[in-house]
Amino acid sequence: MNTKTLFYILKRIGLAILTVWVVITVTFFAMRAVPGGPFLGEKAITPAAQAALEAKYGLDKPLMTQYFTYLKDVFTEFDFGPSLKQRGRDVIDIIKDGMAVSAKLGVIAASIALVSGVVLGAVAALRRNKIIDKIIMVMTTAFISMPSFIMGTLLLLAFASVLPAHGETSQGLILPVITLSLSPMANITRLTRSSMLDVLGQDYIRTARAKGVSQVKIIFGHALKNSLIPVITYFGPMLAYIVTGSLVVEQIFAVPGIGRYFVSSITGRDYPLIMGTTIILASLIVVMNLISDILYKIVDPRINLE
Amino acid sequence: MKKNPFSLQVNMDDFLPATAEEKEYMVKMRPSTTFFKDGVKRLLKNKIATLSMIIIILITLASILIPMFWPYNYDAMLGVRLGKPVDSSYNNLAPFQYGETEQARIEAGEKVFPHIFGTDAQGRDYFIRVVYGTRISLAVGFFASLIVLVIGMTVGSLAGYLGGKVDLVIMRIVDIIYSLPDMLMVILLASVTKVALGEAIKGTVLEKLGGNMISLFIVFALLYWVSMARQIRGQILALKEQEYVLAAKSTGAKAGWVIKKHLLPNCISVVVISTALQIPSAIFTESYLSFLGLGVNAPMPSLGSLASEALNGVQSYPYRLLIPAVTISLIVLSLNLFGDGLRDAFDPKLKN
Repeated sequence: MNTKTLFYILKRIGLAILTVWVVITVTFFAMRAVPGGPFLGEKAITPAAQAALEAKYGLDKPLMTQYFTYLKDVFTEFDFGPSLKQRGRDVIDIIKDGMAVSAKLGVIAASIALVSGVVLGAVAALRRNKIIDKIIMVMTTAFISMPSFIMGTLLLLAFASVLPAHGETSQGLILPVITLSLSPMANITRLTRSSMLDVLGQDYIRTARAKGVSQVKIIFGHALKNSLIPVITYFGPMLAYIVTGSLVVEQIFAVPGIGRYFVSSITGRDYPLIMGTTIILASLIVVMNLISDILYKIVDPRINLE
Repeated sequence: MKKNPFSLQVNMDDFLPATAEEKEYMVKMRPSTTFFKDGVKRLLKNKIATLSMIIIILITLASILIPMFWPYNYDAMLGVRLGKPVDSSYNNLAPFQYGETEQARIEAGEKVFPHIFGTDAQGRDYFIRVVYGTRISLAVGFFASLIVLVIGMTVGSLAGYLGGKVDLVIMRIVDIIYSLPDMLMVILLASVTKVALGEAIKGTVLEKLGGNMISLFIVFALLYWVSMARQIRGQILALKEQEYVLAAKSTGAKAGWVIKKHLLPNCISVVVISTALQIPSAIFTESYLSFLGLGVNAPMPSLGSLASEALNGVQSYPYRLLIPAVTISLIVLSLNLFGDGLRDAFDPKLKN
């Protein structure tokens, strides 16, 4: 690793930290911009009680003080404050509970998307312009242009009699996982196909053929490894898709994950929970993007990023 | 006339008028083609892109024209008559079924316009709701892309042309916005501006449009201009080194004039292509937000909100979900394929 790469990595890390800070700042001030304050809209509240509540949550202090307190709490103690609607629970606990379920869902969906996408893409590339390639391409195009909530409900309709539609059991996770994995799978398939075609046209593949290396060895030993490099760049966007996709998918299949809390916190105007989930999920995506960018640079040193 | 080969004497034979044969030779065989004509020709040769274009035009025309003569309105509950109890026979009609009073009129020999897709749970004609929803979704996609186009073009061309510190600052801002997770920020901003705007726009023209729709546009204006700005900046950076820009500058042209007259017209293909690809993504985002309840205000339908309403009765009335779902997918698919076709036809870099 030369100094240029190191400098690039440091720059990307700096940018990532800056991005997370922007996310926190935007969410904080966006929440404060809402008229009425968090305690209105419930039962009639006396001015004294409201003042007491505001003092309790630190809302009586100047805005900038509140902002720095929030920043300090988030960075040092990972404290996002209490939830407004689920009394007595901290935002971070709710997020932890939801994350356990959502992470399982997301990791399984991502693995399925990755494995099946690479296999389908390689098959399509090796059978280029044959009927199987065309079928794969048509299917992936359809999957990409269908919003996840529509895919989810269609699957729900089709399989509701066979598979449980509730995501509380592990059997119930089958449909949400399929819903979440179809679109990333389609993207990975297309990515693998085009980069595989690119690699198969390279000179070193011809050399290998000329040496008499078997077809299987060429594909797995020479071609596949190099054609997977562009797929790395898709890790970040895939995670972003799975996170936002899970917001609606968990809603449709009643999976008790973080996405469902996020949606219910929007409709219930539970602002600390909205902020907490946004910050956590956004940081997750930013970090994942960072890792996939750095990985890409390290795996293929020829790539010039600037 | 014999002449010395080294003399400067002019050969007068070269200046005779051309004969008819010689003129024939100089006639152009076909009109010279422009870049635009060439691109259109290539676009029309692409069958998938042409088909997608026809589908988009048909859907757009249908969504504009059909509400003009359709006898039902998108928010009219057919079972509700002034001064009478609600006629629930109009709710949840299956396709081509009629409500009780309509049934009576048919028996009396009158003609009643059929409910092609039936009615929804509140007795509203579902076909016209889908048509209206398509109209809203297309309009949101179009105007959101227009906003993105204007902001992205202005910022990108300024950054590219001025360069130096301005460019540095703008590009760092672009970098940060680019790495923000867009959907999460969209949801957050949409849910907050929705509340904040509700009071501010009361009584103005904007109220009719609905706070949700405006917050959607604000969010687009804030977040989605960055990739457009990046592309235009790159294009401008390459173009501003050209000689004709130097010529314009040396005759005293100001920055605004050079950008408007010389640089932007040469970026036009990049701009058109990325706008065309922005529209489906805006429609996608709108349908997603509508599904979460952050989209257009009820009773106005959009394809996303129709799909999300249909979820409640999905076991009994699956077609009510399928119709908007298929429409969204068709629109997004055709727009994407058309955008790809546009890129293949007009991007000078892909010409070979």
